[in-house]
Order: sequence, then structure tokens, then C-alpha cells
Amino acid sequence: MKKIFAVLLISLLSACASKSTQPTAEVEDKSVGSSRSSESSPTTGAVPNLNPLTDPNNILSKRSVYFDFDSYVVKDEYRSLVQAHAQYLRDNGNARVLLQGNADERGSREYNLALGQRRADSVKNAMTLSGAKESQIESVSLGEEKPRGLGHDEASWAENRRTDIRYQGE
Amino acid sequence: MQIRLPEFPPYVAVVLWLMSAPLHAALDIEIFGGGATQIPIAIVPFAAEEKLTQSITPVVAADLQRSGLFRMIEPAGLAPHEPIEVVYSEWINRGAGALVIGSTTLLPGGQVALRVRLLDVAKQVQLATYIETVPAGQLRAAAHRIADMIYEKLTGDVGVFSTRIAYVVKEGKRYALQVADADGFNAQPVIEYTEPIISPAWSPDGKQLAYVSFENKKPVVYIQTLATRARKAVANFKGSNSAPAWSPDGKRLAVVLSLMGGSQIFLINADGGGLQRLSQSSGIDTEPSFSPDGQSIIFTSDRGGSPQIYRMQISGRASGTAERLTFEGSYNVSPHYSPDGKSFTFVHRNGDRFNVATQDVATRQVQLLTDSKFDESPSFAPNGRIILYATEVKGRGILSAVSSDGKTRQQLSTQAGDVREPAWGPLPRLQ
Repeated sequence: MKKIFAVLLISLLSACASKSTQPTAEVEDKSVGSSRSSESSPTTGAVPNLNPLTDPNNILSKRSVYFDFDSYVVKDEYRSLVQAHAQYLRDNGNARVLLQGNADERGSREYNLALGQRRADSVKNAMTLSGAKESQIESVSLGEEKPRGLGHDEASWAENRRTDIRYQGE
Repeated sequence: MQIRLPEFPPYVAVVLWLMSAPLHAALDIEIFGGGATQIPIAIVPFAAEEKLTQSITPVVAADLQRSGLFRMIEPAGLAPHEPIEVVYSEWINRGAGALVIGSTTLLPGGQVALRVRLLDVAKQVQLATYIETVPAGQLRAAAHRIADMIYEKLTGDVGVFSTRIAYVVKEGKRYALQVADADGFNAQPVIEYTEPIISPAWSPDGKQLAYVSFENKKPVVYIQTLATRARKAVANFKGSNSAPAWSPDGKRLAVVLSLMGGSQIFLINADGGGLQRLSQSSGIDTEPSFSPDGQSIIFTSDRGGSPQIYRMQISGRASGTAERLTFEGSYNVSPHYSPDGKSFTFVHRNGDRFNVATQDVATRQVQLLTDSKFDESPSFAPNGRIILYATEVKGRGILSAVSSDGKTRQQLSTQAGDVREPAWGPLPRLQ
């Protein structure tokens, strides 16, 4: 249900000529964006234009896909996120993304680099299957070298089993 | 993100020189254990050595002790400098099997003339002589050559005291790739960033280092010439570029690229041209290491479902097919050939411990060399007698070296920060 809702909204968003979306007071779900269907511009000075990529109310501002231990499969809970970014790429032919895959710290650095690569490639494949162009996406790995979780426990390791989506120019 | 290329302004260069001055090692080394049979050797301070800016016999003694194969005998009042001054019975009484004596002479112009002799106490004969004149700034290097000579004469193996090691130091957000003498002195920076550096690899002639840098937000393989600090990106293809390994003739490198999907092993010329794919699996193939004859590589692959070590011919009719080498446990990675090609060292996971091991190529016999928890990146010294690796003690990253029989261990640590990613340089070539 959530998925259909998201898809509908994404279609509506892409129907808008303007690149920006307007925040609304009635956001039911943090993972979806504006529910305004009108494409009229805001009244002068009332509401600022927001970059959907950084608008915290827009799913596009969510940039991390997390993975289970020893896995590089994109879980269901991240499908809509990946599809939203793929849609953005389809709508913005000049946009480029860098997908950075990561792995937790255990084991060989080079092997972990390859594991991180798998996680980046997984997200890339999901995006291209959703219609994004291969030429817009570069998937790379940071291995265990740039951890976000700095502890040596399962919570930190889970934080580091991750692919990050970064747009060119950010 | 800052990139500091090593073109230091003069005052910074002075600070670095002071940091690497001979009084203080960049790496502190502790020795543990020792071989069952150690050679008892007495080293008498050389005549006039105390007048030099750098003493020689303490460096020689430290080198020999670090190998774990020698036990120092105190001269205790005896001070011969020439063979004619040696009373062998006095040394037999002290339990010495070998004796090192010598003299130094300061020459005009700052040069130092050295004359050193290695004597067999039981047979009462001279085993070797070292005669050289060196500039005062080269006294440590001369001491290492003397230690090499003693080591070779008494053990029959090639000495590695004149070699260097490369390693990465991480301090806060800064990463520095450094090269130091094998005894931890004279550390020189190769490159420093605020982004990670991994996988340094020495060219066979010791003049260049390949390494992986993340300065471009993705891994890229660089080759840097040590003397000039000039560098170029040898593998900067779309996707990730990593795991450089030099062919024994120094003309090509094996690298791991995600250019064609996954992580696969390729060959590339040292100038960056001539890309050729080597591995053909749909899984992960990484961490290549060339055999000394350059005909095959061993590497890590999970094509069988878990990471194991495989070997592949790289030319000829059998090239491309990979043969699995490791069968114990579910995680065997990071292989490096020994200099004689008869064995390889690797990391073996047992439960939650990652340990250094060696495997004999012919017999497939495995020997575990460590019992710590987080060992990684093992590689051989160029005489095949020592394995250098990275590990953790009390939460800090340090380097460790274990003799290939597992009996002697050294720990090499920096005063601040973590050390990791060690690579032992080649034997120095005759100039």
C-alpha cells in the first residue's frame, strides 16, 4: 500500500514542471514527499523553493541503503528509496550519482573492498532496472576504510554495511 | 578533504628531518621469544667508535638480536680491535662462538674508514672482513651491511638488515604512507592525505611504490617514484581500482577492477596501458600475488561460495583456469608468495579470530603462526625468513613480525596513531 502511494506521489511529483517541491503541513509519512498535486508556483515570497535531493521531507534526501550480515541484497524496505532515486535520474538526464558501498571492519581490507563493491553494484542494478541510465551511475567501494559506526560491536558493524548515494556537485 | 603533495616548504622539511633524526626511531620495536638454538656472539665496540656521530656496534647488535637467532655475549673488559690482539681462550671462557672486532678512522672531509672482522672463536679463524670508507651520514647503512655480512656467514641465509619497509600510519583523520629502515629508523613520508591509503606494494627494484588512495572518493591505484616523489594514476577506471601487485620483472601489475562488473583481476602495464583481463568469475576475485617466476598468481576468490585461495597460470595454454589451494575453514584470504615460491602466507579465520598462517605449495601443509585476534596483510621479508603483518594490541594498530618457524616475534609500533598495511621492500641491488 505504502509502495503504491509512493509510486503515485512520485508520478505526481514528476508531472510538476518545477524542479522543486513544496513542503506541506500534512505529511503523513516521513518517507514520502509533497502531496500537492497542483503545479502552480507558490505565492511570491511565501514558500522557498527546495532542492528535492536535500529536502528532509523528500525521500530523495535519504541516501543510505543498509544490508544484512554477509549480504548484498537490497531489502524490501529500501526498494522505494532506490526507485525514487532512479526516477530522479530518469527525470534529470544530466544528474550523476556516485554509489559508495561499505563493509564492516572484520577481515581483509581488500576483500572488504570487494564486498562493499557488491553492495554498491546491487543498488546500481536496482536503479538501472528501474530505468536509470548506466551512464549516470558510478558504483565504487570504500570497503572498511570510511566507517560511520566507530565501535567494534554489532551495532557499528550494522551501520557500516551500507551503500551511500551521492549526487555529483554535492 | 585536503591533499598534501610532498613538496614541503623548506622549514617543514627541516621539521621532518628532525623527526627522522637517528636519535629516535619512528617505529619502536620489541622482541619476544627466540629460537631454541641461538648463536652466541660477542661484538666489541670498534676502536675510536665513540668519536663518531653515529655508533656502529649498537646498531649491529640490535639488528642481530632482532632476528632472534643470536645471543649477545658481553665483552666484559676485553677490547681487541685487531686479530692479533685476540686471545681466543678468553672468549671461549665467555661462551662466545663468534667474535666481531674492528676499528674506525675519521678522515679529512668527514668520511669514515671502517675495518671490521668476523672471527670464529672455536676454530680461531677469520670468517669475513668488511672494509669500507663511507660518509658520516651513511654510518647506519654501513652498520646494517656489517650485520648482513655477519648474519649470512653464520646462518647461511641472506640478511635483510639493509632493507626498508613501507606502512601506513593513521593519526586522527590523517593518513601517511611512510618508508622506514627495517629497524624502524629514518622514516620518510611518501604521501599524506585526509583520506585513506591502503595496499602499498614495492616495485621489484625498490624504486617505486604502488598504492591505493581514496582521495577521489573512490579507490584509485597510483605508482609513485620514491626518489622524485613523482606519481601517476596507473588504474583510474570507472568503478573501483585496487590491490596492486607487481610482476617480478617490474613491467606489469595485477590490479583488481570493478570496471567490468564485480571485482575481477586484470593485468596492466606499469605505464597504464595494455589492460588485459585475467580472472573470469562472477564472484569476487582479488588480492593477486605473483609467483617468483612470474608465471602464475595466487589470489582470493569466493567463486566456490566462501573466500579461499586459488592459483592461476597467467600465460600459456593453462591460463585462466584456477586451482583451489586452501581447504581448511571457510575464510582464507590475503595470500602472498614466499620469495622462493615454495610456500605462501595468508590469513586464516578460525571462529572470530583472524590469524597469519603459511601453506607449503607442494604438500599443502598449513602452519598457524599467530594466536592473536585481528591479524591482516601478511607478507614475507625478501629472505623468506620473517613474515610481517598488521595486528591490534589493546585497541591500537601495530605491526608485528614473526619468524617463519613461529618462534621469534617483534612488535613495531608508532608513538601515536595506528600503523597498518605493511609491505617489506626488496633486497638492495648493487648500484
